[in-house]
Amino acid sequence: MVEKQEDRDVAPVRLDDPWCDALASGWSDRDGTGAPAPERPLATGDGPTAGPSAGDIYLEVQRSEAFQEVRARYRRFVVPACAAFLVWYLAYVVAATTAPGLMARPVAGAVNVAMVAGLAQFLTTFLLTWAYARHARLRRDRAALDLRWDTQEMTRAVGR
Amino acid sequence: MNGDHQALALLLFSAFIAVTLAITTWVSRNRHGSAEEFYVGGRLFSPMENGFAIAGDYMSAASFLGISGLIALYGYDGMLYSVGFLVAWLVVLLLVAELVRNCGRFTLADVLAARMRERPVRIAAGTSSVTVCVLYLVAQMVGAGSLVALLLGGTSAAARSWTVVGVGALMVIYVSLGGMRATTWIQIVKAVLLMAGAIAMTVMVLMRFHGDFGRLLNSAAARSGQGMDFLAPGLRYGGDWTASLDFISLGLALVLGTAGLPHILSRFYTVPTARAARRSVVWSIGLIGSFYLMTIVLGFGAAAVVGTEEVRASNAAGNTAVPLLALDLGGGAGSTGGTVLFAVVAAVAFATILAVVAGITLASSASVAHDLYATLRSRGQSGRQPYGEVAVARVAAVCIGAVAIALGLLARDLNVAFLVGLAFAVAASANLPVLLYSLFWRNFTTRGAVWSVYGGLVPAVLLVVLSPVVSGSEQSLFPGVDFHVFPLENPGLVSIPLGFLAGWIGTVVSSEPPDPAKHAETEVRALTGAGAV
Repeated sequence: MVEKQEDRDVAPVRLDDPWCDALASGWSDRDGTGAPAPERPLATGDGPTAGPSAGDIYLEVQRSEAFQEVRARYRRFVVPACAAFLVWYLAYVVAATTAPGLMARPVAGAVNVAMVAGLAQFLTTFLLTWAYARHARLRRDRAALDLRWDTQEMTRAVGR
Repeated sequence: MNGDHQALALLLFSAFIAVTLAITTWVSRNRHGSAEEFYVGGRLFSPMENGFAIAGDYMSAASFLGISGLIALYGYDGMLYSVGFLVAWLVVLLLVAELVRNCGRFTLADVLAARMRERPVRIAAGTSSVTVCVLYLVAQMVGAGSLVALLLGGTSAAARSWTVVGVGALMVIYVSLGGMRATTWIQIVKAVLLMAGAIAMTVMVLMRFHGDFGRLLNSAAARSGQGMDFLAPGLRYGGDWTASLDFISLGLALVLGTAGLPHILSRFYTVPTARAARRSVVWSIGLIGSFYLMTIVLGFGAAAVVGTEEVRASNAAGNTAVPLLALDLGGGAGSTGGTVLFAVVAAVAFATILAVVAGITLASSASVAHDLYATLRSRGQSGRQPYGEVAVARVAAVCIGAVAIALGLLARDLNVAFLVGLAFAVAASANLPVLLYSLFWRNFTTRGAVWSVYGGLVPAVLLVVLSPVVSGSEQSLFPGVDFHVFPLENPGLVSIPLGFLAGWIGTVVSSEPPDPAKHAETEVRALTGAGAV
């Protein structure tokens, strides 16, 4: 909680992060009136469709630019990465089972194409792991944490 | 394998059992008996601890002894396995670990129930999870029986039966008394032992060949009797198209199945945040990857040092390759070094089995108590259930242990090597499609979820029953009869697409409209961690 508090304190001065402005002027502004806003539907009590329920809040967060940006960053990395490693792995397995002649071609000494390809699978797995962890840490974690904090504030306000 | 090995190996087994039982007692000394404590150890493990525990949960004796043995017998084709087992973790890291940690509480069904009607999806996901666990558990128990008997020399039926009963009893004690906390520490201890043993033996093999990997490969090829073919694929899975398709099917099941294994999914809940879950997967990929790299050295080392024919003569499946290598590296049969190394390898293999079966038992007891029992009991009743969920989970662990022991004893003399591949295939066909759909597909509905689980589970099991592993060949479960119509031993190639297809059809023909708010909730929670426990 302490680090989240700090995040909120420094958020307005992080001008180098363009979508932070979107956060400030986006969905959080619609609730920007503060605490009284979410209490309105509870007071009127016209049933679940009358005001922002927890579901509405999640829909609102989902539509917000800040969330769209986090999701886009996640997908832009994960979709091509998954496609790439699955194709690379399937190509390797198919080649190993159906084209042993190609795989047996020597490269250097006792090392042949098959051995290089197998060790390359290990290497690409390690590299992709490192790249994903780095991408998530630098490009997603901070924004996701801010969103988590704000979303929890909003859902708590409607009494969930 | 003389008396010295046995005595020393038994001593080390006993030491491991004593240490793990002490851990179990220690961690359960002032436990609260809450579900949070029993299923996920209070969610207080660090990423490094969890990374070691995941590695300990995942690397079974089949990987330690089996894959190196396959490499010693068939050369390169053995290596194909280890690549699949490792690459699978990218699916877990990229698509599953963080999102599942954010959305669920204890089991796979929690993630689905957040979006769907709770009762049908819990029953479906609980059923498939328990199926996967039981398949995997029986494979491990039978493996344990033959392995320990093999390592201790006593291959009598009685010795194997008692091993199965002993392993089953120990895993029930760990799980029902210690819950996730004890299971995790056992897995951590096992992972450390396994890595230490593998590193020591790899260094010794490489020293024997003066650090020259090429020389190791050349000696292995020379002593295998196959020449340079030993270093290329084709010795085991080459030949006709059925063998090729079978391996592609297995490869697919390995890569997609890991992300659907219940005992792996439950491990992500033992850390406090999604970020910690990601970091624990990074740790485990490092550990598992380096371990499989070492099994390659050990496998080719066994072929080069011991010789392929000697390995095959000792055990037709190659399971004794690493113990024989240890004996040779330590100075040969009868020497002190050889005896000690052999006993260490045997003890590590035993520890490996215990840690893996404990993890699976815990995951399946969670599925029974948290998903099946809680759902079936709550019909028609509102309010509290008569028994606490943790008490039910403990009883479930005992019952699953009893079932696993019984099946393990029944299947003792059968060839059950296909069971692990089948467990992965069921996990990939029944658990992964529904998990991915509910995390990523906006229009997914309850009917789609239920169809997806059963549409993967039923074909996977049915195709295996109709395959050559059950009937129609010498190595079948029932060699006397022949009702096989499906040519492949692993059903993954057919059943995984069927699981995805059934989920799509079920959703399309669904009468209820998808709930956009529920989807928004799942998506926001999965990617941000809002509301995560």
